[in-house]
Amino acid sequence: MRKWLVQPEFAVERDENRCVQCQACVRQCANDVHAFDSVSNCVISDGSKCVGCHRCATLCPTNAIQIKQVELDFRPNASWTPATIRNLYKQAEGGGVVLAGMGNDKPYRIYWDHLLLNASQVTNPSIDPLREPMELRTFLGAKPDHVHFEKTDGKTHLKTTSKTKLGPQLELQIPVMFSAMSYGSISLNASIALARAAGLAGTFANTGEGGLHKSIFPNADNMIVQVASGRFGVDAAYLNRAAAVEIKIGQGAKPGIGGHLPGNKVDREVSQTRMIPEGSDAISPAPHHDIYSIEDLRQLVFAIKEATRYEKPVSVKIAAVHNIAAIASGCVHAGADIVAIDGFRGGTGAAPLITRDNVGIPIELALASVDTRLREEGIRNRASLVCAGGIRSSGDVIKAIALGADAVYIGTAACVAMGCHLCQKCYTGKCNWGIATQDPTLTRRLNPEVAVQRLTNLLRGWAAEIKEILGGLGVNAIESLRGNREHLRAVGLHENELRILGVKHAGEGA
Amino acid sequence: MKQIVAREEYCIGCRLCEINCIVHRSQSKNIITAFRHEREGLTPSVVVESSGQHNFAVQCRHCADAPCVEACITGAMTRDPETGAVICDTKRCVSCWSCIMVCPAGAVMRGASGKPASKCDQCAGESEPCCVAGCPNAALKWEEVND
Repeated sequence: MRKWLVQPEFAVERDENRCVQCQACVRQCANDVHAFDSVSNCVISDGSKCVGCHRCATLCPTNAIQIKQVELDFRPNASWTPATIRNLYKQAEGGGVVLAGMGNDKPYRIYWDHLLLNASQVTNPSIDPLREPMELRTFLGAKPDHVHFEKTDGKTHLKTTSKTKLGPQLELQIPVMFSAMSYGSISLNASIALARAAGLAGTFANTGEGGLHKSIFPNADNMIVQVASGRFGVDAAYLNRAAAVEIKIGQGAKPGIGGHLPGNKVDREVSQTRMIPEGSDAISPAPHHDIYSIEDLRQLVFAIKEATRYEKPVSVKIAAVHNIAAIASGCVHAGADIVAIDGFRGGTGAAPLITRDNVGIPIELALASVDTRLREEGIRNRASLVCAGGIRSSGDVIKAIALGADAVYIGTAACVAMGCHLCQKCYTGKCNWGIATQDPTLTRRLNPEVAVQRLTNLLRGWAAEIKEILGGLGVNAIESLRGNREHLRAVGLHENELRILGVKHAGEGA
Repeated sequence: MKQIVAREEYCIGCRLCEINCIVHRSQSKNIITAFRHEREGLTPSVVVESSGQHNFAVQCRHCADAPCVEACITGAMTRDPETGAVICDTKRCVSCWSCIMVCPAGAVMRGASGKPASKCDQCAGESEPCCVAGCPNAALKWEEVND
């Protein structure tokens, strides 16, 4: 057998004292790492095929398997790291573009980890969320510039009624939504689980550009449907069935480029949902071919508003790139009711590695600069801001809201809740956890009932944590925290970063 | 009565139910000891049937009109009046295998040591059968079933 320059990344270590030869690992690995050898009468593992997804180690009933990263000792070199060298070998072997799944994994600064929250002490009282009401409900959509009231004479008392007509709003019971992940890139079971969990938690899931499968129709009230450059699955019924419509301009993991769902993943159900022929590649162009300016975007926003009789908020999702503040401002001027900004840590089912790891800017800086810009222009009320890409915990949610977001999208965190182990091999279609695959032997591994329970548990846990922190801040409603950067202090950041974030350094008082 | 219900659409064919069943039926109740030292004398009373992507776990259906009870020549196969489960009194079983011949689900097996007949007793005494408790994908459910 010819040896390859690319050496295995993982080694499978089997504790022979614990292994009972039950072969659960053999039956679970879609990459054929484990095999039962009838000559030696035991399971033999080949680490060179291992992607590090931990499916075998997790299901091993005796915990006999450990997956170890192979540490091949390249000569130490700060510039030519093992990952760089490996990719060069890989590319020299196959030519073409190196693909990757999930989000940017390079050690760029994570600003969430440099921001700290305040708490009440002596001069202002903290609130106990277990004893006092705590409001996590928030509304996404355009808010009016002014509110006009009318005083009318009731029989016995003076009544006040608002004369201002409020546009369509999304009502969220927790300011966390599930990011756009298309049916096709993820399995139907995963899509169903996200939709149902969103319904139970009083929030929203996003179809991505894969269309709305008929089995999700009952949860359509909790779905945001996406109109992306490929226009897959889009028709008037699709737009009107959902709670809101999102125009996808860009994605944090791969700003500026489109998408490609290989034909082998386009089975009958995917083809019907996307409204394309079975087995054909689903190619999303890099730009929308009808949008080459803010004016064009405005046309599409209003075409969708017309199609939905102005009853549904229209969101525009953009990737965080250099000129994000001006772009977001343009989106608001174009009539977007919600602007979703996706940072460079946002995940994907497949992207060129070079794009994933090198394009875009951190969401924290993008969010702060957009919020600042919209306030300066006096149009912050005209659109809600949704922060996406790299939200890992309820702590990140609170910090995002304090920086100016109305709500956040979680994609990777939701996948992890369903079992994802971040092996980054989504693009192979062999997801051992049944999430990023259409293989019927693998998709059944994700029981939606189990996944719904896990997702709602996650949101319930986050809700409790957010309430605890809000209580500590002395704030009793999430909307009172939005954009209140006084509740944040930074540690270890440069003056430029502090200025962009609009946050004082820790140690500075009010 | 309460039954173990197999759901083919979520069964992933990992066979952990078989393994958990073996451990439950062992003396030691320890998986490594059970497989290393007791395996010869143990038969799982659940078997995963597999064909391609389709798998499901088969165990005794505890039929309302159980053929094995009818066929048993010694009266070893009886129905527990309290739980409704069909159980085999291993002391009375003479290993004639009449039960195996008549079982429509193929859920009665020969014991690993040759005798007596081995079948699911729904883990009598446990809050739920161990195959259900250990299923990683909730493909087995322990629920009230009306016929």
